[in-house]
Amino acid sequence: MTTVSTAETLALVDEVLTRRAAEPGALLPILHELQDALGFIPADVVPRIAEALNLSRAEVHGVITYYHHFRSQPAAGRVLQICRAESCKAMGADDLIAHAEHKLGCAMHGHSIDGAYTLEPVYCLGLCASSPALMLGDELHGRMTPQRLDALLAQEAQP
Amino acid sequence: MSVTVYVPRDSAALAVGADRVARRIADEAARRGLDVHIVRNGSRGLFWLEPLVEVRTERGRIAYGPVTPDDVPSLFDAGFLSGGAHTLHLGPTEEIEYLKNQERLTFARMGITDPLSLDDYRAHDGFGGLRHALTLKPEEIVQQVLDSGLRGRGGAAFPAGIKWKTVLEAQAAQKYIVCNADEGDSGTYSDRMVMEGDPFMLIEGMVIAGLATGATQGYIYTRSEYPHAIATMNEAIRLAEAAGHLGGFKLEVRKGAGSYVCGEETALLESLEGKRGIVRAKPPVPALAGLFGQPTVVNNVITLASVPIILARGAAFYKDYGMGRSRGTLPLQLAGNIKHAGLVEKAFGVTLRELLYTYGGGSASGRPIKAVQVGGPLGTYLPESQWDVPLDYEAYAAIGGVLGHGGIVVHDDTADLSRLARYAMEFCAIESCGKCTPCRIGSTRGVEVIDKISQNQNRTQQVQLLRDLCDTMVHGSLCAMGGMTPYPVLSALNHFPQDFGLVNPDPQAA
Repeated sequence: MTTVSTAETLALVDEVLTRRAAEPGALLPILHELQDALGFIPADVVPRIAEALNLSRAEVHGVITYYHHFRSQPAAGRVLQICRAESCKAMGADDLIAHAEHKLGCAMHGHSIDGAYTLEPVYCLGLCASSPALMLGDELHGRMTPQRLDALLAQEAQP
Repeated sequence: MSVTVYVPRDSAALAVGADRVARRIADEAARRGLDVHIVRNGSRGLFWLEPLVEVRTERGRIAYGPVTPDDVPSLFDAGFLSGGAHTLHLGPTEEIEYLKNQERLTFARMGITDPLSLDDYRAHDGFGGLRHALTLKPEEIVQQVLDSGLRGRGGAAFPAGIKWKTVLEAQAAQKYIVCNADEGDSGTYSDRMVMEGDPFMLIEGMVIAGLATGATQGYIYTRSEYPHAIATMNEAIRLAEAAGHLGGFKLEVRKGAGSYVCGEETALLESLEGKRGIVRAKPPVPALAGLFGQPTVVNNVITLASVPIILARGAAFYKDYGMGRSRGTLPLQLAGNIKHAGLVEKAFGVTLRELLYTYGGGSASGRPIKAVQVGGPLGTYLPESQWDVPLDYEAYAAIGGVLGHGGIVVHDDTADLSRLARYAMEFCAIESCGKCTPCRIGSTRGVEVIDKISQNQNRTQQVQLLRDLCDTMVHGSLCAMGGMTPYPVLSALNHFPQDFGLVNPDPQAA
């Protein structure tokens, strides 16, 4: 799988690099900005980032792969993150996850059969007093149940 | 005349529909031709009542909750704009027992003000600490923090004043204040609440820390999982700077990228420098060689947010709260299987039993509470026999427990502690930074050994092996990730041996 970025993408990358390369500890802010704009960090922009920051390609690759948040591949569809930390577990997160996996037809870190969702675990959204919690796209939902998740997905499916 | 209605904008309120409630109130008011001014305040932390809607009346603020959009028309019908009776009517907010019996010093403004209103902040004693700090020499500010007895609220409980003194006395062209807002522990949300509900307090605390130590640059390192906190902090910094409250101190929010171990201070510094967030060996301590090799104060959100009131009211005022060497108050965060989950700020010394039943109202499921994990995922599971120990750093350490940042996660009697112990090891395996072997490899082996115990493969031998493994992790790991993962594991094994298939309780159990 090689990703060949378009001229437009490369121009965006260069603009971000020009603007931010001089910031102290610039790599994470740059990766965040690129992922926010592109949805992932394409493989062929890694050498450009490395060159702009005077780092080796291995160092940049190491940072991208170290952090759970950064993607080297685009997500399949909307990202559904379900918390599986202790507080949510105490309120039924494991059952909620099993239900989501069954409903979407994929395991954690997988893509739903229709490609509409990427299912991921998250370790704490800071909504421990409203457990179990999940984040769909950038929307937070607390006090979740399998029924409420179904309703949420049904609502999403409406045109 | 316009009536002021408050609908919280805290993430936990948004997650249960606060935006929809606010819209519905605005629509319904417009439809009825009523003049309603909606303020999006922070949360009071009474999360089981969210969305908690308040109305300002002559008798003070009156609360209703939890409000759904469908409740809104009936609230108008009941005259809630003048505090009318309704099934969701909770009376004057300040009189709700849960809130009334707290000792709110750090969270005094929480839920009362509009988080992004500087006027509100000033009207509620904001910037009093900074004003006083500006009249003092750096040594005198540090002395106030030392005298207050304030210890790091991030978990390690190191005296904040000593850290500040070290940075003040270090010679360097550039020093930094780094706020550790990487609140990755399940059961904790007080840092998030501060950033979303009272961001100017954190800014004030960081500016004071800068004055005290000679640091001119501050970073708030927080989590990608906290988009609302990031947005609110960024806006608050912009507003405070434009109004001249930073006085030349530069402040920036930096976003992590989903790595638990970045909550450890040296891993956090590596991440801020743009590297993989891998733990550094200490010494040197960050106070001498921290961010970019320069002297750096690294403090947790609550630690820095506690500073303004200490400077405003004096060290003695703050020190007056608490017990033993645990001074002041701690925001306790009730979570998990608890009926009244929420934030309780109390002086040190309250007991877990009081929190679980007087505040928490027992389990959410209505079943008996079995185990309570205090201090985050690396804290121990406490059985009922330990619920009367006062919440105090030393008292908890004496029973092998961890008070940490005051996160409390409750499990009812359906919980299987062997599964939770396995999860602790699994989490460590996923999140280990990989630098040291006991944590990186030990956690994976830990999962396997617990599986063998559960499947009764040489159970007695495997239990001994698990204890040996935990011993190696405790003594051989570089940081708390590997060093403390054994705490939940061993406490589960010692206090709940039946969950591991051990019929007779382990004679070595603590």
